[in-house]
Amino acid sequence: MRELTYTQALREALTEEMERDPNIILMGEDIGAYGGVFRVTEGLLARFGPERVRDTPISEAGFIGMGVGLAMTGKRPVPELMFMDFALVAADSIWNQAAKMRAMSGGRVKVPMVIRAQQGGGRGNGAQHSQSFEALFTHIPGFKVVLPATPADAKGLLKSALRDENPVMFIEHKLLYNTKGPVPDGEYTIPLGVADVKREGQDLTIVSYSRQLLFALEAAEALQREHGISAEVIDLRCTAPMDIETIVKSLRKTHRLLITHESHASCGVGAEIAMRVMETAFDELDAPIMRVAGLDVPIPVAKTLEDVVLPQPDAIVRGALKLMKE
Amino acid sequence: MSLPKDLLLSMYERMALIRAFEEACVQLYMEKEIRGSFHPCVGQEATAVGACFAINPDDYLTCTYRGHGACIAKGIDVNAAMAEMLGRRTGVSKGKGGSMHWADPSIGLLGENAIVAAGVPIAAGAALSAQLDRNGRVALTIFGDGAINQGAFHEALNMAQLWKLPLILLCENNLYAEMTPLAKSNPLEQVADRAKGYNMRAVVVDGNDVCAVYDAVREAARLARAGEGPTFIEARTYRLLGHMIGDSESYRTKEEVAAWRERDPIKRLRAHLAQAEGVTDAEFDAIHARVQQQIADAVKFARESPYPDPEEAYTDFWV
Ligand SMILES: Cc1ncc(C[n+]2csc(CCOP(=O)(O)OP(=O)(O)O)c2C)c(N)n1
Ligand SMILES: [Mg+2]
Repeated sequence: MRELTYTQALREALTEEMERDPNIILMGEDIGAYGGVFRVTEGLLARFGPERVRDTPISEAGFIGMGVGLAMTGKRPVPELMFMDFALVAADSIWNQAAKMRAMSGGRVKVPMVIRAQQGGGRGNGAQHSQSFEALFTHIPGFKVVLPATPADAKGLLKSALRDENPVMFIEHKLLYNTKGPVPDGEYTIPLGVADVKREGQDLTIVSYSRQLLFALEAAEALQREHGISAEVIDLRCTAPMDIETIVKSLRKTHRLLITHESHASCGVGAEIAMRVMETAFDELDAPIMRVAGLDVPIPVAKTLEDVVLPQPDAIVRGALKLMKE
Repeated sequence: MSLPKDLLLSMYERMALIRAFEEACVQLYMEKEIRGSFHPCVGQEATAVGACFAINPDDYLTCTYRGHGACIAKGIDVNAAMAEMLGRRTGVSKGKGGSMHWADPSIGLLGENAIVAAGVPIAAGAALSAQLDRNGRVALTIFGDGAINQGAFHEALNMAQLWKLPLILLCENNLYAEMTPLAKSNPLEQVADRAKGYNMRAVVVDGNDVCAVYDAVREAARLARAGEGPTFIEARTYRLLGHMIGDSESYRTKEEVAAWRERDPIKRLRAHLAQAEGVTDAEFDAIHARVQQQIADAVKFARESPYPDPEEAYTDFWV
């Protein structure tokens, strides 16, 4: 199978869907003439023109609010947040407007908008350019929340997002853009809300998503190699809707669960997964659920600090070893 | 006031309908048949009717929690609107939106909004949609004098002018934002000056003169459709009731309110119709009787409508 970078896979999804659906409109800062700070939209202005690939002023609240108006009048806007951190600048447009329009109107309007953003740390970008907000988006009802970890998933999930009639928060990771992986030729989509077993195993289940999924796979490899422990690794892929079924199925085999994400631990997606597993499959658990997540502090710049605040593969290995002793 | 008599009469009747709707809601609110928030637009009927009569049925509209007048002027079904006030499943938003969240895409209504200024970028988005489709539609957004201090307002004005969007920005300057008088919330000489910073055309009109509002919005719509971009209209008006029911109104004097009652837009249009067009008291009585009947029917419809079933808490959300 051919190999593409995560960036190329995303660009392919955007291109194919824009060819298919003339209502798709991209908007954001430096996405047109410059091609996007992370190059995802490179070449799209030349191909689709300035009406559909729109450079905006630095006005996140304004252009996401406009996205709501575009979506309610038959368009399929794809506003881009250059950094996820800027969602807080556009918070009203995102959470009071886009997320609620349909429910508040008793179903009379719909908002088929896909917000794209990249998030996460690991590059020393500091506390205002490294955050992960999937828990915020999962907590407040109204958005589907998608976090692909591989190029193939990035393409298939983005294509589904662009065909969904609901608001979708499509979350990329800044340190995944240059990763490479096999991407199928030809047309395919991946449904939203379906987790994927990325590695099969017998002894414990590790659940993760986005870049942390790669760390989970690395940890699983080390556990096998150095400790003879066989870990099953599940890529959640979406936090809303959340596919608990696939996790429970795995637990019927392993009976041990470790959840790992780079975002802060408190009230995070891990806490939610743990609760739902308790509610539906408590009897399958042979040990308390283990969480390996970001520390509850603003994300620092120095590498020695960032590497403790954002859990690295060895932290997952340590967590797994502890869990296996329970 | 040089508009055709028929148009003036239908504007008069719609203004009377809005007034009667709001007065009925005040009553129903005090009797606890309406729960939650309610911000009457009594006194501001001329801005709503003048503006919405000056655009087409398929043009877009966003307004605020004080938007009942605009929605009724744009043509919302009054029975469904009243049912919404009473939280019934036959309401415009099936009882899920209430007073502040009427929406009806069939009349171009993209929603009232309970967040100050949030409707402005949404209308700008609808205007962009119309511009992209070259369908000749315009978007009208109605907001208060308080909204001009919000970030979303500024961002939307900037982009609307930058891209020459077919957008009409109608500020209902009623001199207060909740309890705060205008002079305490911004340093402008007049609200319309806000548009200067965006190089945007701006006009000031007497918001209690329905014809002045109509003319200004009609001209703004003509320019917008001709590709001339947005217009900012400051309409000076006054809310004759408190910000919400139960407002002590300690921030304004009885004399001030009484002076504005003299400039009541419905009274003014009536005087004009009587003097210039020879409309008789009997004709006015007939109009008011029709309006009262319509409101009585709406209240009856609402009261007889069922409440939403508990299971409906999960419906009308995901597509
Ligand atoms: C963003 C936001 N801040 C505060 C409020 C609370 N609030 C509701 S109405 C209002 C006053 C708005 O005044 P104005 O824009 O002049 O409109 P008016 O009520 O006079 O029609 C305020 C502060 C709100 N709804 N939204
Ligand atoms: Mg005001």
